Amino acid sequence: MEKSLFLAQRITAMILAPLAIIHLGLTLFAVQGGLTATEILNRTQGNIGWALFYSLFVVCAAIHAPIGLRHVINEWTVMPRRWVNALVIMLGGVLLLLGLQAVAAVY
Amino acid sequence: MSPTDTANELLKVRIWRGREQGRLVDYEIETRKNQTVLDVVTEIQHRLEPTLAYRFACRVGVCGSCAMTVNGRPRWACRTHIKNVVTDNTLTIEPLRNLPKLKDLVCDMAPFIETWQKAGAPFSGTATRHDKPAAVKPDSAMRLAADAALQCINCAVCYSACDVVNWNPDYIGPAGLNRAWTLINDVRHSKRELTFELAFGTGGCGSCHSHGNCTRHCPVELRPSESIAGLKRAAFSGLPEE
Ligand code: SF4
Ligand code: SF4
Ligand code: FES
Repeated sequence: MEKSLFLAQRITAMILAPLAIIHLGLTLFAVQGGLTATEILNRTQGNIGWALFYSLFVVCAAIHAPIGLRHVINEWTVMPRRWVNALVIMLGGVLLLLGLQAVAAVY
Repeated sequence: MSPTDTANELLKVRIWRGREQGRLVDYEIETRKNQTVLDVVTEIQHRLEPTLAYRFACRVGVCGSCAMTVNGRPRWACRTHIKNVVTDNTLTIEPLRNLPKLKDLVCDMAPFIETWQKAGAPFSGTATRHDKPAAVKPDSAMRLAADAALQCINCAVCYSACDVVNWNPDYIGPAGLNRAWTLINDVRHSKRELTFELAFGTGGCGSCHSHGNCTRHCPVELRPSESIAGLKRAAFSGLPEE
């Protein structure tokens, strides 16, 4: 189990790193001369490429973050392991839901 | 000791007395030209504090029993020259961190030894006494990997240096995981898969932060953090092959 979680965390990190760089690069590039909601929506609406890009981002983040947080909570608190697992699974679910909802909203 | 041994300066030594509850007690002894931390503790026990408890056996860096915290860092007392560690003419000597304190400088080593078992340490042979000894090529990748991680003297210095051991009571720690790495690189070990599973189980190598304090402090210059990195890599690549 720990090994699978370790692999899942590292593999999602490898995917997230380039995605995050592209996302930040694009934001910096797009923000020059101000940024409006219309501008953003013009870029994203109906664009399946961006929808897939950000869906992948959301899925990876929803896997990656809870695994890391699980370690942090286990190290820094005395919360029973089972609670920690339940808590981070919930967090993953929330991240996934909110993230995909946001992707759908601008598609 | 002849009078010429001494430099006539007084060394201030603060030593932990007691168990979990205890306090630092101040002593003063003469500074000598050539003096290890173990010499200092021994001299204090012989001359000033007969009830002072500490451990040692070989006095030459082989047995691993003399580890203690010296000026905040875990060290082997018998091979640590005070001139390299003394600050403001003072030595503060405490028991190792991360282990239960039994008396003065003596800790209970049982939890440390248990982590070796937890990491799948017992060797289990593939052959019987009637078989020929296994031929292990000295230059095979596995043999070289194991070689680099052998020679641990079980001193628990790395275990004491590791912050994750301090934070996470389940963590196996550097020495146990280093041992597991030597075993999964040993073709004669019949339970390589099991050792790998245990080394990657709860509190296994996935919990290591790779900050390398173990490697920094290991007195025999082993590199437990590298062994742990090897275990992590094996999660991607599978068990090492000859
Ligand atoms: S590298 Fe890992 S085992 Fe070594 S001190 Fe850091 S956390 Fe502990
Ligand atoms: S790995 Fe080094 S520091 Fe750790 S127990 Fe072995 S000899 Fe001591
Ligand atoms: S007394 Fe044996 S290693 Fe120090």
